[in-house]
Amino acid sequence: MTEPVLLAPPRRLIDATIDGEPVRVPEGTTVLEACAGAGTEIPTLCYGDTLTPRNACRVCVVEVEGARTLAPACSRKLEPGMSVATDSERVRHSRRMVLELLGSSVDLSTTPGVAEWNERYGADPDRFGPRAEPAALGVRDARRAGEHEPGDGTEAETVEQPAKVDNDLYVRDYSKCIMCYKCVDACGDQWQNTFAIGVAGRGFDARISTEHDVSLPDSACVYCGNCVEVCPTGALSFATEFEMRREGTWDEGRQTETTTVCTYCGVGCNLTLHVQDNRIVKVTSPHDNPVTHGNLCIKGRFGFQHVQRRGEGERR
Amino acid sequence: MRSDDSSTLYDRLTQPLVREHGELRPATWPEALDRAAAGFRQGVERHGPNSFGMLSCARATNEMNFMAQKFTRAVIGTNNVDSCNRTCHAPSVAGLAAAFGSGGGTSSYAEIEDTDLIVIWGGNPRFAHPIFFQHVLKGVRRGARLFVVDPRRTSTAEWADRWLGLNVGTDIPLAHAVGREILHAGLANETFVERATTGLEEYRALVEPWTLTAAEAETGVPAEAIRELAHSYARAERAQLCWTLGITEHHNATDNVRALINLALLTGHVGRHGSGLNPLRGQNNVQGGGDMGAIPDRLAGFQDLLDPGVRARFEEAWGRPIQGSRGRNLTQMFEAMETGEIRTLYVIGENPVQSEPETHKTTSRLRALDHLVVQDIFLTRTAELADVVLPASASWCESDGTFTNSERRVQLVRKALDPPEGARDDIEIMCELATRLGHDWERPSAERIWDEVRSLSPMHRGMSYARLAEHSGIQWPCYSEDTLEPSYLHARLWSTDPGERGEPAPFGIVGHSPPVDLLDEDFPFRLTTGRRLDDYNTGVQTSGFSSPLRRGELLDLSPEDAVKLGVRDGETVRVTSRRGSVLVPVSVTDAMRPGLVFMTFHFPDQVDTQLLTIDATDPIAGTAEYKAAAVRIERVEHAEEARATAAAS
Repeated sequence: MTEPVLLAPPRRLIDATIDGEPVRVPEGTTVLEACAGAGTEIPTLCYGDTLTPRNACRVCVVEVEGARTLAPACSRKLEPGMSVATDSERVRHSRRMVLELLGSSVDLSTTPGVAEWNERYGADPDRFGPRAEPAALGVRDARRAGEHEPGDGTEAETVEQPAKVDNDLYVRDYSKCIMCYKCVDACGDQWQNTFAIGVAGRGFDARISTEHDVSLPDSACVYCGNCVEVCPTGALSFATEFEMRREGTWDEGRQTETTTVCTYCGVGCNLTLHVQDNRIVKVTSPHDNPVTHGNLCIKGRFGFQHVQRRGEGERR
Repeated sequence: MRSDDSSTLYDRLTQPLVREHGELRPATWPEALDRAAAGFRQGVERHGPNSFGMLSCARATNEMNFMAQKFTRAVIGTNNVDSCNRTCHAPSVAGLAAAFGSGGGTSSYAEIEDTDLIVIWGGNPRFAHPIFFQHVLKGVRRGARLFVVDPRRTSTAEWADRWLGLNVGTDIPLAHAVGREILHAGLANETFVERATTGLEEYRALVEPWTLTAAEAETGVPAEAIRELAHSYARAERAQLCWTLGITEHHNATDNVRALINLALLTGHVGRHGSGLNPLRGQNNVQGGGDMGAIPDRLAGFQDLLDPGVRARFEEAWGRPIQGSRGRNLTQMFEAMETGEIRTLYVIGENPVQSEPETHKTTSRLRALDHLVVQDIFLTRTAELADVVLPASASWCESDGTFTNSERRVQLVRKALDPPEGARDDIEIMCELATRLGHDWERPSAERIWDEVRSLSPMHRGMSYARLAEHSGIQWPCYSEDTLEPSYLHARLWSTDPGERGEPAPFGIVGHSPPVDLLDEDFPFRLTTGRRLDDYNTGVQTSGFSSPLRRGELLDLSPEDAVKLGVRDGETVRVTSRRGSVLVPVSVTDAMRPGLVFMTFHFPDQVDTQLLTIDATDPIAGTAEYKAAAVRIERVEHAEEARATAAAS
């Protein structure tokens, strides 16, 4: 017995040019997707494969012939006849600027790809002078819109501040936050619908915050860790990872990643277990999995410790 | 930070234990295996194979469950095999099988996003199945309406367009009233009913007394809300009806399931893309355990044990006759322990002492056994009673295999960790025991076991490990390696060709039967049970991580009742049922309606909720009525004062 199954309507193919090479892609394809198909690498930070583009970081900008401004590749759809340059001087200049501004003010030490991009675009984040002192915990969170004091240019402004460790499951190290909004979208209407975090403040004082800056245990957070899953810089990380990095024992080269299935209910979420020295150190979920789309709940994400209780009296 | 002191921390078992002079002491693997096998052999020799029982594990892989039922049937020679799916969703399987001949949910998660109306009946997936609920929310954001039917105003209900807060145990009157309203409003799908169902006239007569007014009186749901649910469900182009343990943990659970299925039959909301019936399973492999034949009446592939043709194929493959009569289910096994008909029990990864109702009774029944072998990763309360304890590996991360989820999707489980030194794989242990019992079982790979399943079960035939990896899992049925079936079941019912249509689906003629544990002056409150977000079942696993949300066991109580009883939030009260009594702190919440209270059984060492619950069970599926006990609530100080006064006088 067969019955028609609902499918998306067929998409017509369009022709365009990327870096002088003709491409033919289905209508609706973004410049980023078309480039990936053509083997052209575009740097991205705020882009998330399970999220609607926010166009926040501007590191993926490309030059569209005839357009006044540069366009973000992650959200700009290719149009028939469009001619796109991904490595023009304007593009390189803009990406260099983005990398320098972010690099001078944010700790990008755990952001994959940054060192290589700095090299490729000749970015020098140190050229704005020595870094300003990190703020004490809570100072940035207390800043009010309109009261920002501009610096005198002798040192580079920074968002650095001590990491927030207020629960045993995950850590918020906002020194590493580039304000990409991905955690807010994952927590909000795109996936989790918990709305525990949002953007507070304006301009350079903008930051991710819980309601009234309360600690996570007093907030609406349900510890699904779906924000950690999408964070591109390591600002949000498992407490295990944070601890191990601090102790200097975190070593991704020695880790294996194995995808299996969660046992906490019958939904069947896929878990990717990151294992170092026969211990689970982090749990993610495949973004292309039809059950989870990369999302988990508190039990799937953090409920693995019971298998590791091996009588050594340890509490993690 | 909130404390998690109320949880017990369990350490992994790494050494076998055997009982000597009444105490468990460490033993070597060969000694423990010899003792375990000898006890089973003796039991069979003295009392026959039907004195053996196997509790397989709904959380272990399909491969483990297949081997467990093969061990029971081919090595011991009985059909006494079951698992804790009995305590949750066996009624869903029984109800769906009675209507459609197959016991799985009929739809897929992706279809929930692609429907017009979602009804969640007796479930709180926002807490208990959070990632399923994300699919629901996608549907809601795409414009689907959401109705939630639950005695509590749960966090799921907070997302609903309409919340129908019914009295515990009145699901059948509500369903019948919805059915009657659909019939009277002329909204039944007459083409579908005529083509694909039988028994409409009987059904019409059955629901006729359940007018909106009569149903309002019984269920507590306003007539207008019942009418709206009926009209919305019947008029929706596509509709999904989902349920959880609020439907199945009742003494008449299979009837509850049938009453819901009736609504889908009446409106044709089954067998089409976007329209279906979805029981949400509470454990990772409840579906798979049953599919593998780890139940007393079915062989792998949900094939009928009573069919000699089916049995013959398994007998030929295993070279051993299979008894042609159903075995005992979990509930019957426990009863048979009391009468001495079950003498030996092999428990794999289950904790019935803390998961079955009426803790004391379960413990005394297990103590009455001649021989109890428990295979687990922790020394659970059940393992503490065993004659032999065998340390196992954790299936989901220390072994290869497959699980089957609530949408019938078989997915690969892969070994990510080595088990702690001293623990062994479940299947390896079983093979050692089989070998000691005269069946030379070499330890096969998970894939070889799965290929044996595929050779015996037509609905799994097309699912090679390679294909499961390629497709991110495959939903059953999958009959050949070249095809994939639609994501929904029972499309046949819509066929115009009677041959293709096959057996019509009968309406379930089921009557209302209120909860067994009656409310009266002494026990005026209705206690219902369920899960919270960050904890799981008896807490053995979740106690391992420190949840900032965890507050320990609480009695959820309505603000109205709190005023009436004069108790404050956080105050400890005594909760007493006809069976037992516990002390528990109160949490005052407007999610509760007056007269209704709620507890979990996540913290049995802090508060043993099962002392309160009743073991009235569903006669068809054997599920216990966890969802409805009658209790009274007393202020502790008040009660002590009263006692002091009584003593003084």
